[in-house]
Amino acid sequence: MDVSVWLANSWAFLLALAVFIYVVLDGFDLGLGVLYPFFPKEKDRDLLMNTVAPVWDGNETWLVLGGGGLFAAFPLAYGIIMPALYVPIIAMLLALIFRGVAFEFRWRTKRWKKYWDMAFIGGSTLAAFSQGIALGALLQGIKVDGRAYSGGWWDWLSPFSFLTGLAVIAGYALLGSTWLIMKTEGDVESRARKLAWGFGLATIGFIAIVSLFTPYLETEYYRRWFEMPGLFVTIPMPVIIAFITFYLFKSLNIHHHEYRPFILSILLFALCFIGLGISMYPYIIPTEVTIVEAATPFISQIFMFVGACVLIPIILGYTIYAYWVFRGKVSHDEGYH
Amino acid sequence: MFENFDAILLARIQFAFTIAFHFIFPAFTIGLASYLAVLNGSYLKTKDKAYLQLFNFWVKIFAITFAMGVVSGITMSYQFGTNWSIFSDIAGPVIGPLMAYEVLTAFFLEAGFLGIMLFGRDRVGPKLHMFACSMVAFGTAISATWILSVNSWMHTPDGYVLAENGQYIPVDWMKVIFTPSFPYRLAHTLTAAYLTTAFIVGGVGAWHLLKGRSDNKGVRTMFSMAMWMIAITAPLQIFLGDLHGLNTLEYQPQKVMAMEGHYESHPEGAPLYLFGIPDDEEQTLKYAVGIPKLSSLILKHDLNAPMAGLDTIPDDEQPPVAIVFWSFRIMVGIGFLMLGAAIVGLWARFRGALYDHKFLHRFMLLMGPSGLVAVLAGWITTEVGRQPYTIWKLLRTEHSASPLDAPAVGASLLAFIIVYFFVFGAGVFYILRLMSKPPKINDMGMNAEEGPIRTAGTTPAQQTQSHHSEMISSIQKEKE
Ligand code: HDD
Ligand code: HEM
Ligand code: HEM
Repeated sequence: MDVSVWLANSWAFLLALAVFIYVVLDGFDLGLGVLYPFFPKEKDRDLLMNTVAPVWDGNETWLVLGGGGLFAAFPLAYGIIMPALYVPIIAMLLALIFRGVAFEFRWRTKRWKKYWDMAFIGGSTLAAFSQGIALGALLQGIKVDGRAYSGGWWDWLSPFSFLTGLAVIAGYALLGSTWLIMKTEGDVESRARKLAWGFGLATIGFIAIVSLFTPYLETEYYRRWFEMPGLFVTIPMPVIIAFITFYLFKSLNIHHHEYRPFILSILLFALCFIGLGISMYPYIIPTEVTIVEAATPFISQIFMFVGACVLIPIILGYTIYAYWVFRGKVSHDEGYH
Repeated sequence: MFENFDAILLARIQFAFTIAFHFIFPAFTIGLASYLAVLNGSYLKTKDKAYLQLFNFWVKIFAITFAMGVVSGITMSYQFGTNWSIFSDIAGPVIGPLMAYEVLTAFFLEAGFLGIMLFGRDRVGPKLHMFACSMVAFGTAISATWILSVNSWMHTPDGYVLAENGQYIPVDWMKVIFTPSFPYRLAHTLTAAYLTTAFIVGGVGAWHLLKGRSDNKGVRTMFSMAMWMIAITAPLQIFLGDLHGLNTLEYQPQKVMAMEGHYESHPEGAPLYLFGIPDDEEQTLKYAVGIPKLSSLILKHDLNAPMAGLDTIPDDEQPPVAIVFWSFRIMVGIGFLMLGAAIVGLWARFRGALYDHKFLHRFMLLMGPSGLVAVLAGWITTEVGRQPYTIWKLLRTEHSASPLDAPAVGASLLAFIIVYFFVFGAGVFYILRLMSKPPKINDMGMNAEEGPIRTAGTTPAQQTQSHHSEMISSIQKEKE
């Protein structure tokens, strides 16, 4: 393979990785926002927030890398996708503002605490929903003319994108509840286990519906999944998912399985992500622009690639360290002085 | 709604609005992060509780400001694509990588160590905690460096070629990163951030001194530290601003013509206009009040040096003069007021009256937010002075915008305005409330009672214990 083609593909892989890390990390803390209504007591809410307070900013930074990386490595795709998804992206940005400031503001006021809690719930849910819509809209196709977006500003809206929006909310709530199983104890933990059941079922349901829907969006997807060699993946995929689902629900009922539900939920996400990759590759904007077409010239990509290869391991290193520092269960009374 | 508006104008208003809001926060946090690192270091070195008290006082304010900086910054990084997609496509190969480096070297660093800085003192021990504070401060400075490199490239592009598909392609990264205006812009902006912070800290100190709290050591210390900082950076900033202006004269002469209000050329020395009403239609400065030949002296170091005016520039390449002219005067005016504060501060100090000088305290209180105003005015000068280009001489603003309908841009602009004023208004209110309470000796920072119980995870029991007893004994000592 030509070295610049190889580089463009490596960048696409790196970006997919960044987005995946984002989805998992911010997924669980956006999920907490979705779960907030199920924990009406103030002290439980404080506790939920405390489990992510030291790490949420780092989690969100992966989103900046996703956007910034797309801009840097595939500016053509960035310049087409962002106007196409204008409304969901702006909605996501505004939603992230509400949930981001809620982390700080709710501790600074007694009278308004409940309103910032509402901002946290609304912001997290809307951010998750918009991300799902954006994904659905990208999959169903974007109109391109020359080097620019050529559709209208409501093109993203469709039953399919609505469905993916709900799917992401359910998935994040599953991640959030399994995170809580890991980070809390007693009453909160047992409630989290129940919620994980509910949102687990919902997530699986959505995965099934979206997977059935997707091949019929584009003939390209259909060929990928229902013709050789795609069938080698298509047939085992549901089996693996069923297998993981089975273990997930089983371990939700086993009290000393504290980490396992979270890890199994991540695996579920990883499988969906791989499926997505199979549908999309080698396109970055399905059936319109390929990874190689959108790539910046070699000199731009290599400059960043060297840096990314050195820096991302370092970043992962201190991110893991930060999680390590704040490891273990968080309890209600802890930290009160 | 918005059908009759120009989508590009709306997009420009939106960009200006969101970047202005975003920049207010870093202008303060860049300085504050360094200040916190210095406070923490001073505490570890001298064991003087006043420094810890100040650290815990300012760290809460820092956390709120930083959160607002982050969420408004995320908006910025997506806005290039949503509203300026053509610009993004064309300039992406050059500036995209610089912004990606900003994420990799700065944002992750700040975010990764922020949690430890805010909540980790008892968990990681003093040395690592100090390290975390330094990394956050370092991260803010790196962040400013990269983004200003991007911005400087847009003002004085270098090290690129134009490719067949219309994109600008880098050929020499060193030239792309270190463009001619970059060193001046970086130095002037970082100093601006330190000045901004020093005036806010000094203003808060002055407020408490005016309230008769000069027996509070924390209050005295913060006021004194701020006045030292101002004494150094206020004159430095004027010097750097002058250098920056000379550089701009070389690379973007029409921007300087607009700043100076020079519609007409002056073959025998140009005046420095102090006042006037710029009129772009008539191409004259009405009611002009000026000092003859001073502009030539400042910009060319020669009273009689000829200076070209906007009459040498085609009409469709001129920036809107009035905005540039006035915002420049606001910045420079504040710069000299800051110098005044520095001088009065030094004088009061050498008379031994730093904590009793009522006039100085009132003046400092009034000047508290002046840095923010100057920073915004400076940016407006810079960016509006670049018009009608987004990339100087290479890409015009009207050719940069996304193919969007006016209603889309208008609706999002309205949403941004409502959300920003509401959310950031609330944030500023909480910050002011924190500032109005004097620093307390038993303040425990982010783990204080009214605050979150954010020591997530298992607290090493012993450390907490010893920390407690230390705190309690210090409170008792204070009472005695
Ligand atoms: C505390 C803030 C502050 C203060 C007191 C000053 N400035 Fe400034 N100025 C800035 C903050 C700033 C800034 C926000 O940081 C800018 C915007 C872009 C830049 O590079 O720096 C700026 C831009 C800027 C420019 C535009 C350069 C360009 O666009 O190419 C000039 C010529 C000056 N400044 C000159 C001065 C002078 C002569 C000052 C002293 C009297 C002064 N500034 C005080
Ligand atoms: C350093 C990072 C920055 C970058 C990369 C940047 C980039 C841009 C871009 C792409 C535009 C295009 C829109 C246009 O030309 O109308 C613009 C305009 C503008 N920017 Fe900046 N900017 C930066 C910092 C700032 C800051 C900190 C301010 C603070 C006030 C600011 C104020 C403005 C204003 C007022 C305009 C509108 C000018 C006009 O349209 O008349 N910029 N900038
Ligand atoms: C168009 C221009 C800009 C973009 C796209 C942008 C983007 C961002 C983003 C995405 C963040 C959040 C980082 C995180 O998740 O931790 C951020 C924060 C920050 N930005 Fe900007 N930014 C711009 C202009 C500027 C300018 C002009 C400066 C300073 C000179 C600056 C300095 C900072 C700093 C220090 C932070 C850390 C948060 C804080 O201190 O409040 N940015 N920016």
